[in-house]
Amino acid sequence: MKFVIALYAPPQAPSSRRTLRFAEALLAGGHEITRLFLYQDGIYNAASTQVVPQDEVDLSHEWRQFIQRHQLEGVVCIAAALRRGVLDVPEAQRHARTASCLAEGWTLSGLGQLHEAIQQADRLICFGGP
Amino acid sequence: MNRSLLIICRQSPWSSLQAREMLDIALTGGAFDLPLALLFLDDAVLQLLPEQQPSLLQQKDLTANLQALPLFGIEQLYAARRSLTERGLDELSLGLPVQVLDDPELKQLISQYDQVITL
Repeated sequence: MKFVIALYAPPQAPSSRRTLRFAEALLAGGHEITRLFLYQDGIYNAASTQVVPQDEVDLSHEWRQFIQRHQLEGVVCIAAALRRGVLDVPEAQRHARTASCLAEGWTLSGLGQLHEAIQQADRLICFGGP
Repeated sequence: MNRSLLIICRQSPWSSLQAREMLDIALTGGAFDLPLALLFLDDAVLQLLPEQQPSLLQQKDLTANLQALPLFGIEQLYAARRSLTERGLDELSLGLPVQVLDDPELKQLISQYDQVITL
């Protein structure tokens, strides 16, 4: 089955960890993840600048590895990310900011990417809502 | 045939970015002509109150985005009767033309859509 996964909570929220474990289980079960979409505070999962204490799970790092290992499409809502200061290099230049911190493997794009993914997938699974 | 989407909003208008960002999902979907509906549940029914003054909170008015929904082809707007009653709101004095649903009708509504997003 084709799944699209949307995540709305930041990396320190339990739902972010559950999202990654669910995604791993999907692939292990032979399913396909057609797109990961980060929205609202979920965009912080794509920030490369978090420093996590050594004895704690570094979820942003795990996401990067997971996306790269499985060649997944990781999309971050550009409007939500700009608002929260998670920029890629072109956006940092465009808005004259001194730093960019979008992690490798993730792409900034619009909400249309979420709708497009929903149209093409068998299931939309959302994590981190109220 | 496009898949239908029900967006369930549960957030009050001014407590966070969530109400605005939920509306952005709806308006984007409307711009793509997708079949979608909006349900205002729990504190989200507060978004429906007319004559709000967000400028007192230094916030941008959300009402304009809400009023734009029909212009984007989003005419299926629902609110939960229980949420309105719990907050003492009169369904006749809301700022948007919503259909007010009882609990069993909510269940039926949710089952009608292919996909559901709750925010």
